Amino acid sequence: MTDLSWVIDPVYIATIFFFIIGLQRMSHPLTARSGIVWAGAAMLIATLVTFLTPGLTNFALMAIGIVIGGGFGYIAAKRVAMTGMPQMVALFNGMGGGAAAGISAVALLGTIDVTSSLAVIGGLIGAVSFAGSIIAFAKLQGWMRPRPVIFAGQQVLNTAVLAIAVITGALIVLNPVRVPSAIALNLPIFFLLSLVFGVLMTLPIGGADMPVVISMYNAFTGLAVALDGFSFATPNYAMVVAGIIVGAAGSLLTINMAKAMNRSLSNVFFGAFGATEEQGVQIPGSMKPVEVDDVAVMLAYAGKVIIAPGYGMAVAQAQQKVKELTDLMESRGITVKFAIHPVAGRMPGHMNVLLAEAGVAYDRLFDRDEINPEFAGTDVVLVIGANDTVNPAAHRERSPLFGMPILDVEQARNVVVLKRGQGKGFAGIENDLFYRDNTRMLYGDAQETVGRLVQALKKL
Amino acid sequence: MTDTTLLWTAVYIAMLAAFTGYVVISRVPVILHTPLMSGSNFIHGIVLVGAMIALGLATTPLEQAIGFVAVVLGAANVTGGYVVTERILQMFDRSKKKQEKGGP
Repeated sequence: MTDLSWVIDPVYIATIFFFIIGLQRMSHPLTARSGIVWAGAAMLIATLVTFLTPGLTNFALMAIGIVIGGGFGYIAAKRVAMTGMPQMVALFNGMGGGAAAGISAVALLGTIDVTSSLAVIGGLIGAVSFAGSIIAFAKLQGWMRPRPVIFAGQQVLNTAVLAIAVITGALIVLNPVRVPSAIALNLPIFFLLSLVFGVLMTLPIGGADMPVVISMYNAFTGLAVALDGFSFATPNYAMVVAGIIVGAAGSLLTINMAKAMNRSLSNVFFGAFGATEEQGVQIPGSMKPVEVDDVAVMLAYAGKVIIAPGYGMAVAQAQQKVKELTDLMESRGITVKFAIHPVAGRMPGHMNVLLAEAGVAYDRLFDRDEINPEFAGTDVVLVIGANDTVNPAAHRERSPLFGMPILDVEQARNVVVLKRGQGKGFAGIENDLFYRDNTRMLYGDAQETVGRLVQALKKL
Repeated sequence: MTDTTLLWTAVYIAMLAAFTGYVVISRVPVILHTPLMSGSNFIHGIVLVGAMIALGLATTPLEQAIGFVAVVLGAANVTGGYVVTERILQMFDRSKKKQEKGGP
């Protein structure tokens, strides 16, 4: 067989080039779709030429593994509903982290000549990302309660677990002759502790912060991949460069997301957001329920309506009905705009994705900063399944939400909150907005309620 | 190459790659954050390549087993990441939406 391994590096370089082109195209709405196709094509050829790497065996196992993993990924990603996308990203990211940890494990078991320090760090980060992402997935999927899990001495325990994992990792690196028995003892402990740390680190984080967490683990996996790629005796630069690009991009995205919530990263990870209640605050006023017909009348005589959607809209799959309502109102000459809070839903842009799916045009969607000055001149604001992102408690110094930039919907003449029940938001904090004089509560499933609103408005 | 040259080469590469990632993301509008997070999730699926190499070089049954699991996970990361990103971006395709609206 002729040696074709010389094609590997040129192809990897082309791969990186197309990854960057792909990412760049993905960052503009018009070219976004072609971006993923470019990146996908590059990934395909990179995978194919890897089979040509000199000295490889186990090709049958490789092919079977790719078919099983690829098949699972394809089916799972095709079947999931659009509302389930955030947890799918978490799941696939976790799998990438797991793969990185696996590479480190194989490398450290001794056959492959590796820079063991890099493999150890890559393994640690990969395992943390794997375990953490799985917990994030379980919380979003509803397999676990999304509320923060906290207990006494939690941070001490977490730090201790991490410290022992790092020490075990150092012992593996410092074992110069690679005594098999020492490796055999330390390696399982090292990976076990890394996994445990990933779980412990994610447990105290509440559902409201999951976007930030998923984004951070995404960056983690990128970094782990880069470290693994560099730990090989012949460094795999495709892994190094792609991993670092994802690490950097993911970190920036994480910081932007945390900024949108006006919270520092350490607060997200150690704050156990939503676990504590503000004590002794009596919210003045009461919740005032309203009927669909009354809201329809309110809308019929409005000049300008702003819709503020949240995760509740996604859960109720109400976006299609919301689009119908929007069209109906516009046909009656009402100005309709959408106010999109950067962290509404479970991922940045989650609302944009769902509304785009329903066919709402981009130019109707407005960012928090763009739309906030407009609320004062608005007749009706429909809050559909949003809670924490419209909670004026964020302006009150003692509230746990204090400082989070919100949609100032309470400045509108009328606010109608569509809500399933009287429960609290994901952050577990009472919402002052619901008690305001200009707020009315419209209880029920958002999809059904909006559907009835459409019918009622048609009759007027 | 000596270890030191290799180290410095790596630092150069890391710096430039980090800068690239930063610049590409910094100009992204908020509406594309989700697809981009998903897209970068797909791109670190390149871990599959490393998993293939690890499995390909594995000799003992334990190494083969771990390498196999890594390949399965890596392949799931790649295909799942691609399909999710593709599905999210599909919704932003307005020309297609208009066609759908033409139906009953």
